[in-house]
Amino acid sequence: MSRGERRNLWLGLAFASPWIIGFLVFTLYPVLASVYYSFCDYDVLSKPLWVGTLNYRDMVTDSVFWQSLYNTLYYTALSLPLCLIVALLVAVLLNQSVKGRSAFRTIYFLPSLIPVVASCMVWLWILNGNLGLLNIALSWFHIKGPQWLADEKWTKSSLILMAVWASGNTMVIYLAALQDVPRSLYESAEIDGANAWVKFRHITIPMISPVIYFNLIMGIIASLQTFAQAYIMFSGGALGGGGVAFRAGGPNRSALLYALYLYQCAFDFHQMGYACAMAWTLFLVILFLTWVATRSTRRLIYYGGE
Amino acid sequence: MRPLKRLLLYLVLVLGAIVCLTPLLWMISTGLKPVEQTMTVPPTWIPYRLYAEKNGVRTEIKPADVDKYPDAEIVKRFAPRWSNFGEAIRAMKFFPMYLKNTLILCVLTVIGTVASSALAAYGFSRIQWRGRDKLFVVALATMMVPFPVTMVPLYCLFRWLGWIGTLKPLWVGSFFAAAYNVFLLRQFFMTIPKDLSEAARIDGCSELRIFWQIILPLCKPALMVVGLFQFMYTWNDFIGPLIYLTNQQDFTLALGLQFFQSQQGGTEWHYLMAASALVALPIILLFFFTQKTFIEGISLTGLKG
Repeated sequence: MSRGERRNLWLGLAFASPWIIGFLVFTLYPVLASVYYSFCDYDVLSKPLWVGTLNYRDMVTDSVFWQSLYNTLYYTALSLPLCLIVALLVAVLLNQSVKGRSAFRTIYFLPSLIPVVASCMVWLWILNGNLGLLNIALSWFHIKGPQWLADEKWTKSSLILMAVWASGNTMVIYLAALQDVPRSLYESAEIDGANAWVKFRHITIPMISPVIYFNLIMGIIASLQTFAQAYIMFSGGALGGGGVAFRAGGPNRSALLYALYLYQCAFDFHQMGYACAMAWTLFLVILFLTWVATRSTRRLIYYGGE
Repeated sequence: MRPLKRLLLYLVLVLGAIVCLTPLLWMISTGLKPVEQTMTVPPTWIPYRLYAEKNGVRTEIKPADVDKYPDAEIVKRFAPRWSNFGEAIRAMKFFPMYLKNTLILCVLTVIGTVASSALAAYGFSRIQWRGRDKLFVVALATMMVPFPVTMVPLYCLFRWLGWIGTLKPLWVGSFFAAAYNVFLLRQFFMTIPKDLSEAARIDGCSELRIFWQIILPLCKPALMVVGLFQFMYTWNDFIGPLIYLTNQQDFTLALGLQFFQSQQGGTEWHYLMAASALVALPIILLFFFTQKTFIEGISLTGLKG
């Protein structure tokens, strides 16, 4: 190494040092410790006790674990496609030459801007089974609305509804991508007599496919880790007995999402080892689904340069 | 486009806009109502007061007492109850503390994130050093690690340091550049021509000065995006304060609002909505003042994909 190279190495390391230290302390160490804890019985107060694969074996027989996994997959399988499609639809409509486009864009974006705690408060009120706005509105059409938050058949739908309402972020990303699609493509298609659907299917979709893929992957990662909504909507408040910890997750644990159960295990039941094992399992589920999504869409994604 | 199609387009857009706005308007409407108007069927959208007018004399009456004034004219007047906001703040007890904590955290994390990510991004883009690109791949890989994986060890680490129940766990980490922001800024730094730094280096300019006086001023928009998003993140963050904060006086607004709701158990909706509006309002205002940066930032995060 020459003197200049050595100087550059030290300079580079010095500039990168905030990240390097952060990586060592806040990522590498916790990741390694998390692996270790996942093989331990650990309640924070006493030292971790090595128990081998017991936590992982416990998970197989823990029905609550399976239920929370089911709830989360169910929630993701419905909310993610719905969000992606609704956001794309809105973005395509807003990409037309409409009057007040920026006003519409702001309005559609607003819900995703509201702090999740604040929006949960409004939804708690709107989805109230007896006096909530939604059920009153449904009654105008002679539909008797369900007990959205108290009926185990509807709790997950409530969360999905909220997710779709707040999908404006995704819409803005789509919109930016749509604006980059060259006009000339549409114009030459029009000369060939292509209708709106053909243009959408054969120009719009392929041209923005990398962004659809990006939203899909980000959506999988975020959706599987959904926590705050489930915690706030279904932690039960001060009414009723038994302590918050044992009532979290809504009626019959129907809204007990994976991240919520994981949080409970760690901080309500003080089973840190079990929580770490659950976290690694979640990581594997995320990796697996990302891999599946990547594999199944690989042929469909069009990157301009290739 | 044919007129019929245009009409349909606007119809769909307006309907969607109504769906988006209704919860927000309902929040504000409920927040401005007296409690007895919050639970009416059909719903009351506009908060009002009733007056009985007789011989030019107007007296305020309760809706239940309308029958007691058979010969008077009943007048309905728009009357928002602004006092709900003050009462909600008082009902939440520590609201000023929540606000103070939230602002402290926002300021500290914004400074920490912008400063540390800019430094690290500079090191990863403007200086050529051995192993740089390999290390950057490691940085990208860390973005894959989901929060729950590090949640427990981080909690134990902060507990060992005696930081549980203080604000420290919520801001110290931001001074150690998160990979995501480093990535975003690096993309930006790389678009600046190399010759600019080279010329400065030949003139004997130190690396820190090049960073401070040449690169940073050129990258203001990107720094704004990173700072803005960090502010939003800290303001909205729920799980962090939930895990690390134990005393009510140390809560942030987000956690304090949820705590208030869980305590009063869903009866005083007018206070809860007023408080929610107070928590949401600064973010909405911030958005309207920085709209351009905002939308650009979101597009930026999407287009790197």
